[in-house]
Amino acid sequence: MANKRIDEPTGTEFVGHEWDGIEELDTPMPRWWLWSLYATIVWGVIYVILYPAWPLVNKATEGVLGWSSRGELAEEMSVVDQARATVREELARIPIERLPENSELFGQAVAGGRSAFQVHCSQCHGSGAAGSQTLGYPNLNDDDWLWGGDLKAIEYTLVNGIRAPGVDDTRMSVMPPFEGAFDSDQLTAVTNHVLSLSGKATSTASGAQLYQDNCSVCHGPSGEGNRELGAPRLNDAIWLYGSSPEQLRTQILNPKMGRMPHWSGRLDPVTIKMLSAYVWSLGGGEEFVEVAEDPAVEVDEEP
Amino acid sequence: MGLATQHKKLEKNINLLAIFSFIAVSIGGIVEIAPLFWIDNTIEEVEGMRPYTPLEQAGRNIYVREGCYACHSQMIRPFRDEVERYGHYSLAAESMYDHPFQWGSKRTGPDLARVGGRYSDEWHVQHLEDPQSVVPESIMPKYSFLGETPLNTDNAFDMLVALRRVGVPYSDRDIGEAMADMILQADPDSGGDVEDFQQRYPKAQVRDFDGDPSKLTEMDALVAYLQMLGTLVDVDSAAAQERLAEEKGR
Repeated sequence: MANKRIDEPTGTEFVGHEWDGIEELDTPMPRWWLWSLYATIVWGVIYVILYPAWPLVNKATEGVLGWSSRGELAEEMSVVDQARATVREELARIPIERLPENSELFGQAVAGGRSAFQVHCSQCHGSGAAGSQTLGYPNLNDDDWLWGGDLKAIEYTLVNGIRAPGVDDTRMSVMPPFEGAFDSDQLTAVTNHVLSLSGKATSTASGAQLYQDNCSVCHGPSGEGNRELGAPRLNDAIWLYGSSPEQLRTQILNPKMGRMPHWSGRLDPVTIKMLSAYVWSLGGGEEFVEVAEDPAVEVDEEP
Repeated sequence: MGLATQHKKLEKNINLLAIFSFIAVSIGGIVEIAPLFWIDNTIEEVEGMRPYTPLEQAGRNIYVREGCYACHSQMIRPFRDEVERYGHYSLAAESMYDHPFQWGSKRTGPDLARVGGRYSDEWHVQHLEDPQSVVPESIMPKYSFLGETPLNTDNAFDMLVALRRVGVPYSDRDIGEAMADMILQADPDSGGDVEDFQQRYPKAQVRDFDGDPSKLTEMDALVAYLQMLGTLVDVDSAAAQERLAEEKGR
């Protein structure tokens, strides 16, 4: 450039053009800025060499590190799996009904079950496992069990679900709708009899007779229920769908029957064991009796 | 100094400037557009994917119409926290028949990529009608009107034709039977051939979804769609796991 004048006060060169006496200084870029720029360029080149970067026809360049997000996940999961391996192996080996004997392992199973419950079960049964009477999701904190409350029975329910479509071994039963079977007097009589089983009303001879003819096969002569059929116990204070005469009538005429998905394909056997232990530990867990009430269920169990 | 002088030429010659600007913009365009031409190559080869059944597709359209994607993603990322909560990470192949895909990016609610089979139909109906009744802390709006709105089956044919035009491999038979299939899937007793339907759409679930067999509602369609999400590909088989983890350059 021909015109290399220096601006006296700043010591900076002029660019060289002038309009109406106004001139521009050729101030250099700050050093720190320039070096940051160079550093990012160098970093970019290194990154492209080390990691997947350029998209090509079938996939991107692989990078010399061979990193992939999926590989990283697999590695991370295997580290976690290894940390849990001992507990999981022990859990896989121990028959579920023997689990409470090993209190340390049982504690770990309950802890694992608690987190699995929050992810998979709390949507229906609630985060405190209290269920919902209005919606018919059973409370798991009490000792009233529809299908059995020992560890094995709980595990079976988790594996196979309740009335789960397409599952051969699912817990299955159907209460027939009694719509049209009773006239209104009979309906009142049978409702009162059901309520009388837990002392909520007084029964009549006709109510008792109707109950005997229509209900006792599944629910038992004194309303003790039948776990083989998932027929709820009627002579206690715990009600799945509510205990008002109105709610009872609805349930008799057009029974709601809850469904629970089966978890065998979705959760691994050890997680199911953990969940069983957690649900069992909530307060209502029953001791496992070797001679089970329901031999049919036992046959289906895997050893 | 030489380079700077060269650049001055560019600054002073409008034609030259136009030509070089065009070149610069073209590079940006090619980088963005060109990969679309071989995008099929980037989809993993998996077994089990099939186009949506007409009922599922109708449910999907309702999902889009109601803006579910604004709060729910359908993309389980390969991170431990997501995989442990939602299941196996999503594969590109699993949205190969999605037009448009519903990956989403806003996660106010949980990810739905593998929600299928996780809850019962009754739960879904209950939850859509009144989300807070099952999840008290939820801020999801109520969608009870879906159970009262009859499903529009007239557009089943057009829907499948449109999808075929953008590359979904529906057969002529699928398209011809679209309306009948839509009704059949929610009502197996309607007289259609369920076996044939499931042969054309493997793993399709056939039943009444909304708890009211007497009518076909938008609830049926949406629940049918939710119940099939993430159920088609057997991602958890050991072979698939190993292959995916070793794949490089993704």
